[in-house]
Amino acid sequence: MDENLTFFFYDLVTYLLNGLTQGSIYALIALGYTMVYGIIKLINFAHGEFYMIGAFIGYFSITSGMPFLIALPLAMFGAGIIAVIVEKIVYRPIRHAGRIPALITALGTSLFFQYFGQQTIGADPKAFPQAIAVKTYQFGEIYISNIQLIIFGSTFLLMVFLWWLVGHTKIGKAMRATSFDKNAAELMGINTDRIISFTFFVGSAFAGAAGVLVGLYYNTVEPMMGLIPGLKAFVAAVLGGIGIIPGAVLGGLVLGVAENLVVGFWVSTYRDAIAFGILIIILLFKPAGLLGVNRKEKV
Amino acid sequence: MSDPLLHIKDMHVHYGAIHAIHGIDLKVYEGEIVTILGSNGAGKTTTLHSVSGLIPISSGEILFDGKPIQSLPAHKIVSNGIAQSPEGRMVFPDLSIKENLEMGAFLRKDNKGIKEDLEYMYSLFPILKERSKQLAGTLSGGEQQMLAIARAFMAAPKLLLLDEPSLGIAPILVQAIFDAIVEINKKRKMTILLVEQNAYAALKIANRGYVLMTGEISMSGEAKELITNEEIKKAYLGH
Ligand SMILES: Nc1ncnc2c1ncn2[C@@H]1O[C@H](COP(=O)(O)OP(=O)(O)OP(=O)(O)O)[C@@H](O)[C@H]1O
Ligand SMILES: [Mg+2]
Repeated sequence: MDENLTFFFYDLVTYLLNGLTQGSIYALIALGYTMVYGIIKLINFAHGEFYMIGAFIGYFSITSGMPFLIALPLAMFGAGIIAVIVEKIVYRPIRHAGRIPALITALGTSLFFQYFGQQTIGADPKAFPQAIAVKTYQFGEIYISNIQLIIFGSTFLLMVFLWWLVGHTKIGKAMRATSFDKNAAELMGINTDRIISFTFFVGSAFAGAAGVLVGLYYNTVEPMMGLIPGLKAFVAAVLGGIGIIPGAVLGGLVLGVAENLVVGFWVSTYRDAIAFGILIIILLFKPAGLLGVNRKEKV
Repeated sequence: MSDPLLHIKDMHVHYGAIHAIHGIDLKVYEGEIVTILGSNGAGKTTTLHSVSGLIPISSGEILFDGKPIQSLPAHKIVSNGIAQSPEGRMVFPDLSIKENLEMGAFLRKDNKGIKEDLEYMYSLFPILKERSKQLAGTLSGGEQQMLAIARAFMAAPKLLLLDEPSLGIAPILVQAIFDAIVEINKKRKMTILLVEQNAYAALKIANRGYVLMTGEISMSGEAKELITNEEIKKAYLGH
């Protein structure tokens, strides 16, 4: 093979792998965004903060000597519980106040956690302990680390779990019923408040898992870390079609790969611009998202 | 007669400043089919939604089995034994027919009974069995109506509320649906409160009826008397 072409191929595969790693993280965060939107039509701008909270629970657990396999579920549980509390005391009272007040409240909640984190833990980045020794595998000029494999594996398992939960369990069906119409679901005897709490729990637990995985991958955590990934996960959710669960996965992966290809082959300073470029394009040309269809209602 | 299964006492309902229900009294006895008639905007849906706990009442009382239920959340009212097939059907479009029916039985734990009731509904509405794996959103209006009734039945309620089951449905299907309602009432001894604009069809199968006019009960009585009543004939039966 032509040597240039070989190097191009190695670069391409490396960028794709890095993109899929980053994309898995976006997908995990985007899932919570899309689930919460699906069930109460709230763009939860504080969602990135549950990712940050998960990362810190992971950080404190591992620093205090817990193994990764305990720290991860603990971070998921902690992030989930805090989200349930936030929903109950912050979002629930204003659920019927309209979209704009809800959006502003979500932004306020986001700022609250960012500054609360800076006040209590400190604004400086903390070194995330290397809970798992990094091993790098080489295939030709392609490199992949065990951390990346862990990220792929965890993301894959969590997605299979979610697919099973939403598609094949009674509570998953109740989630779909509630997201269609709260009154109709209540008429089935479904306690929709509880289903909404549960949805916040699962979505934020996923974000919490993403936080720990990112700690492991980039080795730092700090209170503002949720801001940019949160926004990008939002873009990923819109890209896939907000409210559509497979759409969040697709959107996250596409965004992660697009970023890494542009950064790798072109200019690294454009990394953060890509997400917002994609957002503008999708809103202009396919506002329902890649997997979105304009639902036809039967009257 | 014994105490009514459902007893609405001097109920008032407001939507903000709109006074939708002006103090109505209504009784449904066990085993009956009772119909609420009335034209658009009379307050029929509001009445059913109040009973189901979807709309808070401003004053009065709703007794079910002798117990006040007006301050219970909607899902608790289902667990007390009242199910509703709502106006506009509201079937879950992204769930299959079978899943919709399972949602109807959401609170039940008696798997055997659920299975029997499912088969019973399939025998009553064979089309639902044929299409059981199909998404409910792809059904025709009439099929969705059958599904909505069957789904409410799956809760095994003591009282079944039906809001305009004939709305927008071909006459041939209306007959099938009304036959099914009678069958459920007779065979399963299920008490039914039926809201209808199709007064003739409703009165033909009902024991008693109430006529609602702008939030007040303007007339009530035995169905066979109402069906021959001159005013009702003029207003609702198109004679
Ligand atoms: N959500 C609402 N907000 C404000 N007013 C409402 C609302 N729902 C119903 N109303 C009003 O309450 C009154 C009763 O409405 P309701 O839906 O109970 O009538 P209905 O008898 O069921 O009519 P239809 O036969 O058209 O279904 C109407 O004047 C209606 O405009
Ligand atoms: Mg109505």
